[in-house]
Amino acid sequence: MSHAGLEAYREVAPPGTVEFLYRLSEKLQGRTFLHVNSTRQGGGVAEILMRLIPLLNDLGVKASWEVQEGHPEFFRVTKAFHNALQGEEQVITDDMYEIFLEVNRQNADRLPLEADLTMIHDPQPAALVLSRGSRGAWVWRCHIDVSRPQRRVWNFLRRYVERYDAAVFSLPKFAQRLAIPQYLIYPSIDPLSDKNRDLSDREVAGILSRLGVPQDKPILLQVSRFDRFKDPVGVINAYRMVKRRTECRLVLAGGGAADDPEGKIVLAEVRDAAGHDPDVHVLELPPDAHLEINALQRAATVVLQKSTREGFGLTVAEAMWKGKPVIGGTAGGITVQIVYDLTGYTVNSVEGAAYRIRYLLNNPEAATRIGRIAREHVRRNFLITRHLADYLTLLQVVNGGRPLERQPA
Amino acid sequence: MTRFEFVACSELIQILGLRADDERELAETLEEVSLDCIHYHTHGHFLRHGFVGAPYPNDFATWAAIQVRDRVLGERLGVVSPLDFATLEELREEILTIIDDHLTHLSIVPRVVFGEPFDFMQSRIVEVPTGATAGTLEEFRAGLATILPSAIYFHTMEAPRRLARPETDFAAWLREGLGLDRLAAAVNRVDPYAGSLERLRTELLRLLDAELGISR
Repeated sequence: MSHAGLEAYREVAPPGTVEFLYRLSEKLQGRTFLHVNSTRQGGGVAEILMRLIPLLNDLGVKASWEVQEGHPEFFRVTKAFHNALQGEEQVITDDMYEIFLEVNRQNADRLPLEADLTMIHDPQPAALVLSRGSRGAWVWRCHIDVSRPQRRVWNFLRRYVERYDAAVFSLPKFAQRLAIPQYLIYPSIDPLSDKNRDLSDREVAGILSRLGVPQDKPILLQVSRFDRFKDPVGVINAYRMVKRRTECRLVLAGGGAADDPEGKIVLAEVRDAAGHDPDVHVLELPPDAHLEINALQRAATVVLQKSTREGFGLTVAEAMWKGKPVIGGTAGGITVQIVYDLTGYTVNSVEGAAYRIRYLLNNPEAATRIGRIAREHVRRNFLITRHLADYLTLLQVVNGGRPLERQPA
Repeated sequence: MTRFEFVACSELIQILGLRADDERELAETLEEVSLDCIHYHTHGHFLRHGFVGAPYPNDFATWAAIQVRDRVLGERLGVVSPLDFATLEELREEILTIIDDHLTHLSIVPRVVFGEPFDFMQSRIVEVPTGATAGTLEEFRAGLATILPSAIYFHTMEAPRRLARPETDFAAWLREGLGLDRLAAAVNRVDPYAGSLERLRTELLRLLDAELGISR
């Protein structure tokens, strides 16, 4: 996709935001800001870096992005680390720790790790910090929930994390106690990407027709991987409670089942729970089905994200950006996106979801009001322009390898 | 006469790694945290609610009412106005007194069951001059109507606290710069803690329009 320059965001960001970003970056002209992660494509981190790097350069910051290289065995090790850090029991051997460190050493020799601010994303390249020079600040940007890790793996990783000047987390509850400052920066959505850009009614109708979803009655939608933590069967049960008296369709759209054995099992459970109901549509979408997701969200009357465990849950902001009322589980970042009764509803049960769906379907003026406020809430808090402001502020606050002293209260 | 310079701000939020699961822990930790942290959860609350006013006007009340589901404590903390306290230390004392008093009337300590714990934070505010200035009331009105909400926050809550001044930057300039004492007093009487920053903007514009004779 072609890069939409910063000027294009004047149309969608809150008035004055682009000018504010220029002002905020005035003191940062020519400063170097290096990002390192472990993949150029696929996944939320690469997706956001692809957009943020050119925008930072538009603002006069010399931003660059390097990708760590590694052999398949290294990525098997880091996958095991990733799962262990998120609380899954894994067997990690001494050899695996050594592979992790060796690949980090090789990358440190290969990569140009010199910048005013070096931001290392996620655990895979975390040990690059061993090769930091005397210049510039180093920040570890953690995108995953490390609040309940397998302790031995975390203790290993912490030795490297605490060599950084600071760590940045997406939610306070994802963080760990550390001896370095920890900052909070929410992730964001790009309103000009295929997943979020405006679509005409005709485009939406065409895509839904191709997906086999009629628009003849209100659509309830959940977009998520087929994963038990997203509670897709709970969503079907909530739909059935509503369906007794209120006409609607349910669309469960997601991916992740093709290369995930557990995903396949959950997808089978979902199909079984859906039965032969012609108003329930279970759609398996490829990872690049951005336009399809965009169209489904725009066609929906109510969007659900009934997770029982969640990362930040940016699908909530995506739906809110399209002016939809969202009903979300009380989990992860859903609770910072949904302000109860103002921008949506958080629920704790299938019955709670059913109650709120029924209310929104039968009170369209309330659904419209919530959707309108939700869109504004996202415009001001979860767009990439806010993310840019946060990174520029971080760049300003860290200086010469040390965070600046705080001003007295 | 000095022209008024509109200054917006950006915030970098710091996670302190301190957490409360019940109201007793909230009070105990509140006693120990920095005044920056008290500021973040009371005054700073409004910077994060520029458009949508939250149901309660500070993070402590919001947590008690929404996460612990203790509406009584939420209401009691919600009515606390930072304007009534000359220092953050006094504000902290008041919040602690309310929580302690509340707990003495209960046989159990309310805690989060389905909700989320309270995470203590503080933030670093970076000033960002917008380049917009005003030398007349008309220019001031035009600037106020278009500045980012963070500039409203900066001039009404952040700067007065830093300078320990009893009036907002807006009121000070209207009085010192334009000699409009009565308007300055009226602007200073608008409670910045009674809703979102957009609500505050609307209220301030209403006062300026009345002075300028603009009908709305």
